[in-house]
Amino acid sequence: MEQYTISDKVKRFVFILIGIGVLAMAADIIISLVSGGGAEHAEHAEGGHGHHAGWGQRVWANMLINGFFYFGIAIAAVFFMAVQYAAHAGWSVVFKRLFEAVGSYLPIGAIMLFVVFLAGTFDLHHLYHWMDSSVYEMYLYTDGMTGEEFREGAVMNPSYDTIIVGKKAYLNKPFFWIRAIVFVGVYIFFANRFRKRSLEEDISGGTNIFRKNVVDAAIFLVFFGFTSMVFSWDWIMSIDTHWFSTLFGWYVFSGMWAGAMIVVTLLTIHLKNMGLLKAVNDSHIHDLGKWMFATSFLWSYLFFCQFLLIWYSNIPEEVTYYQVRFEDYKYIIWPTFFINFIFPMLLLMSRDTKRNSAFLTLVGLIIFAGHWVDTYLLVTPGTMKAEGQLGFFEVGMALVYLGIFIYMILRSLSKAPVMVKNHPYLEESVHHSI
Amino acid sequence: MAAPKKLYGLYNDDDILMDACGSIQNKGIQIKEVYTPFPVHGLDKVLGVKWTRLAICSFMFGITGLTLAVIGIWYFMVSDWPMNIGGKPSFSYYENVTSFIPVTFEFTVLCAAHGMAITYFFRNWTFPGVSARNPHPKTTDDHFAVELEPWNNATFSKEDLESALKDTGAVEIFEK
Repeated sequence: MEQYTISDKVKRFVFILIGIGVLAMAADIIISLVSGGGAEHAEHAEGGHGHHAGWGQRVWANMLINGFFYFGIAIAAVFFMAVQYAAHAGWSVVFKRLFEAVGSYLPIGAIMLFVVFLAGTFDLHHLYHWMDSSVYEMYLYTDGMTGEEFREGAVMNPSYDTIIVGKKAYLNKPFFWIRAIVFVGVYIFFANRFRKRSLEEDISGGTNIFRKNVVDAAIFLVFFGFTSMVFSWDWIMSIDTHWFSTLFGWYVFSGMWAGAMIVVTLLTIHLKNMGLLKAVNDSHIHDLGKWMFATSFLWSYLFFCQFLLIWYSNIPEEVTYYQVRFEDYKYIIWPTFFINFIFPMLLLMSRDTKRNSAFLTLVGLIIFAGHWVDTYLLVTPGTMKAEGQLGFFEVGMALVYLGIFIYMILRSLSKAPVMVKNHPYLEESVHHSI
Repeated sequence: MAAPKKLYGLYNDDDILMDACGSIQNKGIQIKEVYTPFPVHGLDKVLGVKWTRLAICSFMFGITGLTLAVIGIWYFMVSDWPMNIGGKPSFSYYENVTSFIPVTFEFTVLCAAHGMAITYFFRNWTFPGVSARNPHPKTTDDHFAVELEPWNNATFSKEDLESALKDTGAVEIFEK
């Protein structure tokens, strides 16, 4: 029975990670205070558009980036585990607990995400253009109030937005919350159920639990298949409310999936280095490396698909999305694409590098950061417009969240043996060889 | 003088075959080749077959395809007769590289896949129409043949080789 305990070294590492993050955030705030209110400057720069890209907006935007990034990894890990169940896959059984552990971040991740939505609902930030109630009011009255019916002396409200009004049936606060709560509730329900059954199986054995899991996994996958698209529209795509892309859900999902595979690979290597997971052999590591490679390619493919079609047709309602990214974020977006694509392609192409822990760790860490920046690019250009920064504050908050994320995963891992005991495919997995 | 004949042992089970290959080699007898109707997992490790270089081959074909595609598209679309399709000016390769990437990708894959398949055919000499080289028709059905070359195992007599096959469970031994 192999049991993981969070060593003092790891605890110290997590603590330092969070510490550095907090210090970096503080440093950025102090620098901006000393250099004379960059925040006010930013607020004026936007003009009469109704958006204020100031410090408040920056903080909330970062909370959305990190909230979504780590939540996405957790849910993608549950998704991958469900795929393994539904496909009767044998190879991955030896590190099934790692997927469960990553999935255990879901409730915390959901809370962190919901804090952002809650703040948006009560107009504490303007990340979501459609949450702004003034865009729905057609008239501006003489007393400065807005409303929908015409009165004496009223003029057209400059921030009235026909496109957003047209989307009101779908993009409104109550329906948004219903969707978010139902989706996340069902995800957490399934993640907990898989986890509970997995612990039960350790005690009781047999194939019954596995069969139940297969059925549940199939139901979950159908639900997740549709809802993962919908939550990426709701939480990310609706930032740029005027803009839409039918490919967006897949693109966001592929990034989450790549993140999950990287995290599980790094976690496996960490446990191997601690002398745990003795049943994991080179073939397992090789297969995880393949998944990192494959999901990176999937992400690059979808990134390019979306870009190519929009670039080629070049119609105004679509290109706005890339215009802001290419004008104000060009030194971020292209390096991100190449790091998330070229690095894994060149470094993980060979069989030997996929079996080499050092290589996998190196590539994994680089593209993990790459996918974080990708999530940054999903949120920041839409919320901060030209004022977006990638400074100490952004990196600092990412590190704080990362520390919490790592700690939650390891805590869940330390609660149960790191290897399942009575899974019907355990024997197959132990003898996995390619 | 007729060409020296090779010795074959026919097995009817892949597990027996795996054990047989191990114990035959432990005696110091070299196995030239094993014919199986389907891939036997782990057999390549027992026989010490070298890792295939087909992947390297494929990479090189891929690079070739990539280069050809880039040169070709540049020549057809930009240099020789600049084409304007859908309002995209093609007077520079760089500015239009986005629209060329799908073709470049496809041609890279085409060259890599075909190059790899053709290399495989050449290396194994298994073109359509080439006569089968398996020693016994049953090796395409449900039997496994171990091939020994007596001249490579000169320290063993023919009887030794035959008994090595027989003792490990060969159901039939023949020369060809």
